[in-house]
Amino acid sequence: MSVRAIFLTLLLAIAPGASTAQGFAGLGQGGEGFDLPEPGRVFAFPADHGPHDRYRIEWWYLTAVLDGADGRSYGAQWTLFRSALTPDGPQVWMGHFGLTTPDAHFSGERFARGGIGQAGVTAVPFDAWIDDWRMAGNTLDALTLRAATEEAGYALDLRAEGPLVLHGGGGYSVKSATGQASYYYSQPFFAASGTLSLPDGDVAVTGRAWLDREWSSQPLEGDQEGWDWFSLHLDDGHRLMAFSLRGGAGFHYASWIAPDGTTTPYYGDALMLEPLRQARVARREVPVEWRLRLPARGVDLTVTAVNPDSWQATLFPYWEGPVTATGSHGARGYLEMTGYE
Amino acid sequence: MNRAALGALLAHWRRHPLQLLTLVVGLALATGLWTGVQAINAQARLSYAQAAATLGQDALPRLVGDLTLADFATARRAGWPVTPVLEGRVPGSRARLLGIDPFTAPPSASVPGLTGDDGAGTLTGFLGGTLVFAAPGVSLPDSLPEARVSAGLAPGLVIADIAVAQSILGTNRIDHLLILPGAREGLVPLETLLPGARTAAPETQGDLARLTDSFHLNLTAFGLLAFAVGLFIVHAAIGLAFEQRRPLLRTLRALGLPASRLTLLLAVELAGFTLIAGALGILMGYAVAAALLPGVAATLAGLYGANVAGSLGLSPVWWLSGFGMAGAGLVVAGGQSLWQLARLPILAPAMPRAWARARASTLRRQGIGGVVLLGVAGLAAVLGNGLAAGFVCLGALLLGAALLLPPLLSLVLDFGIVRAKGPLAQWLWADARQQVPGLSLALMALLLALAANVGVGTMVGSFRATFTGFLDQRLASELYLTAADGAEAAALRAYLEPRVDAVLPIPSAEAVLEGAPGEIHGQPDHVTFRQNWPLLDAVPDVWNRLAAGEGALVNEQLARRAGLWAGAEADLGQGGRREILGVYSDYGNPLGQAILGMAAFGAAFPDDVNLRFALRLPPADAPALVDDLEARFDLPPDRIVDQASIKAFSLGVFEQTFAVTAALNVLTLGVAGFALWASLTTLGTMRLPQVAPVWALGVTRRRLALADLARALILAAFTAVLAVPTGVALAWVLLAVVNVQAFGWRLPLLAAPGDWAALALWALVAAALAAALPAWRLWRMPPAQLVKVFAHER
Repeated sequence: MSVRAIFLTLLLAIAPGASTAQGFAGLGQGGEGFDLPEPGRVFAFPADHGPHDRYRIEWWYLTAVLDGADGRSYGAQWTLFRSALTPDGPQVWMGHFGLTTPDAHFSGERFARGGIGQAGVTAVPFDAWIDDWRMAGNTLDALTLRAATEEAGYALDLRAEGPLVLHGGGGYSVKSATGQASYYYSQPFFAASGTLSLPDGDVAVTGRAWLDREWSSQPLEGDQEGWDWFSLHLDDGHRLMAFSLRGGAGFHYASWIAPDGTTTPYYGDALMLEPLRQARVARREVPVEWRLRLPARGVDLTVTAVNPDSWQATLFPYWEGPVTATGSHGARGYLEMTGYE
Repeated sequence: MNRAALGALLAHWRRHPLQLLTLVVGLALATGLWTGVQAINAQARLSYAQAAATLGQDALPRLVGDLTLADFATARRAGWPVTPVLEGRVPGSRARLLGIDPFTAPPSASVPGLTGDDGAGTLTGFLGGTLVFAAPGVSLPDSLPEARVSAGLAPGLVIADIAVAQSILGTNRIDHLLILPGAREGLVPLETLLPGARTAAPETQGDLARLTDSFHLNLTAFGLLAFAVGLFIVHAAIGLAFEQRRPLLRTLRALGLPASRLTLLLAVELAGFTLIAGALGILMGYAVAAALLPGVAATLAGLYGANVAGSLGLSPVWWLSGFGMAGAGLVVAGGQSLWQLARLPILAPAMPRAWARARASTLRRQGIGGVVLLGVAGLAAVLGNGLAAGFVCLGALLLGAALLLPPLLSLVLDFGIVRAKGPLAQWLWADARQQVPGLSLALMALLLALAANVGVGTMVGSFRATFTGFLDQRLASELYLTAADGAEAAALRAYLEPRVDAVLPIPSAEAVLEGAPGEIHGQPDHVTFRQNWPLLDAVPDVWNRLAAGEGALVNEQLARRAGLWAGAEADLGQGGRREILGVYSDYGNPLGQAILGMAAFGAAFPDDVNLRFALRLPPADAPALVDDLEARFDLPPDRIVDQASIKAFSLGVFEQTFAVTAALNVLTLGVAGFALWASLTTLGTMRLPQVAPVWALGVTRRRLALADLARALILAAFTAVLAVPTGVALAWVLLAVVNVQAFGWRLPLLAAPGDWAALALWALVAAALAAALPAWRLWRMPPAQLVKVFAHER
């Protein structure tokens, strides 16, 4: 085992495969000494686009559903994770790369220590980077994203066509019945355009993108195994974010986002998620087709993976890839599933 | 019928437990020998991997210059897969400190034994500077963070996070960036990105790796040799098992058991023995390995993957090779015996086959075969090309020597018969000659074991001397200094000159030597070099002529490749055309190299600013001087290298392997001694009809027993005499044929007559011990039993 693997295993305080005991990626660990999210906080932008070092974990999470000039569907994902080993540091960073085509999935990861400039985030001008992977722009409304592995890469321009959206209660996003929570806001209105570099050559793409910002010190209950998370761009201009935390008492949440950004939260049974079909991915069963219902808004969708094999073969592996939905609405979006063993 | 027949066969072992013991232990020892060699080979690999790691023989290119962690981040942000390294000496200690970045270090930079359960705490401590990892036995000053012992680290090594290492060493620099594979195309070149830095090829690439490859190859050859010795022993053990039971087999056949059925039953029985004795042998070899090799667990993990990490697991490879060993012995020895058995006339006399084989024709065939094989070995050595020829040479040499042993022994004993005075003496010689066929297999095993010992000893000794010489060449001086620039170099020199015995500049430059890239060094005229640089070939008065600015020395690689030796003229590129004054060994270096005198070097490379110095001073003063220099010149510790400690460490690694090899020698000899004992015991029973008449003629049992003992000693002594040249030839083939074919340079063979004599003595001791019990039994044999011989019809 390499030093890096050892340390990063330790780093995120994970017993790999112990998701039942500790939650995915150590997110169920205690938050001793760290700041904890509290209801009623008012976000201050653009400062809150930057890192919050007193919280244990934080991420900048971009997903894009894309149409190629070649007529095929693509998906791109880029995530920058920050993790604090103690409330006073050191900070460590982890970057994830995902690029999905209908018949292939490319993944990559990077690691870095904080404090030397190899990785980091600044709020003004906005800049998030690890090594040569970078998402930056003067403001969060106009970003460029570039990342590549040895096999594949992308360069995307992102233009916000709507406001920021706060989930839960003004950005205070509850994650369990006993009150675990995180700060969580999104920019779900990006128009995306750019180029994918694939082994067979470059492809020009356009589409929609979604940026999630979340930070916390203990977002999961100890007995929660993982989550299924959906971000959907509906044909009528609405956006829908929905997640289910599995294990323990379970926890459901959905944000219904109007085209003007008005957001309505839904908790518990208001959101119904039902796996329809499993696929064998990376030696385990993963649901790649779902029925998603939000009856209060007349939503009843069958959500299907563009490529069932969208497996992120990273140190903490998970499923993440583009989906299409049919039913009450047409929709495109992203699905992330963690904690499947 | 099967059950009854098998019962009868097995009953033999119940009545003769000693024979059973002989067979099982013989097989098990042979298997154990093989397994033990495997373990030792594995240990050698581990030792050299550690030595190579500690000497910094990284196989990766690197970016050097005045670098900081910010430069590292700049390179990473430009897309370069680089990782920073900082090396130095732990202040106030002899330990070597290695600072790494765990986030970008390559998987090969492993720190075994770090998989603790205290995950986040370990990492937090490591990054936060409250925890470092240290090799066992490293003692660190109190000022350092808590050191967690990690058995897999090279001795003397301490690993810390790079930022922690920076604070320990009091620097904000890093030594270099290792450039990992996998850089994308089209990146901005590192030299452009970080002006002032330059890419350097891996330092002295693979010198040590090549040396150790050579040693591994030789050890592998000895593994095969051990296999051959083991085969002989298995052969002897199984052959004896058949010999001893011939009367029983005759009886079973006479009672109506079909030959085919009997053969099948014996085959089943032998397969059972293989399984039992093979398993015992594997465990035995394993126990020996576990006792001898403290690091075997790590070795296994390195060789066979993480599945056995941390525990002394038995690899399937060992089991398979162990059973293969026993099984091969079974097929070779048992197959022959079974084949004969299947054709045995039903009432063939149950006379021991050993007697039947005492025919001159057998000896002649063996002699002819031996001579032919030695001829093949000679031809392969002289004409052969390639590694295969080397191994053919090796095999033919061994087998030929073994085959020649019985006929040569017979010749000597014939000579003894002629010279013997008196009937008793003549009988003793004749009796010894009569026993040669019966003992030949055991004696061949003894010969091979002794030859292997001589070969191992000579090869290892030669290798060790070569390596020591190699280190002496490279690390002759007590301290090595690298100055940051010309001004500092001058200041250092001025400060040091009154304080040390000598300040020797080490200038070097790249050059094209005989059309291929290489290096030219300048060498001051100093006794250090005169004493320490062994020359393979030289003109008279070489050092004085070099000092006078004439000619050049070249390394063995350049000499062999260009076919140019002392006295010839070589094209040294910028160094000009120069007469070769001498050729020095430069083990492992793939490149050509030349050495000029200081003045000649300065003339050829006038722009070269020398920044490197070697310092000669009493070794005991070195640590104080290091501290003094570090304080006075603010030198980062990585620019002062105390080579004495590196050398001591490297030699220590080798010594460990040599100790293990010595243990292997004892084991081999023990196995051969056991085979001899088994043969003598069996013969002691079978040859009573020969001894009884002599006893009846009035020779006392005591004298007969002493004669037996003396005979065993004579046979062993003769075997030892033959084994020494065989072993030396073996070592020569390995060093001068196999090594040259494999690596292009030869290791010198260094004779160790004292060791050989000691070994011959041990052979005699082994033979005396082996013969003692049979002789004792003869001495104490009840006269009635001797008398009975006359009553029994044989």
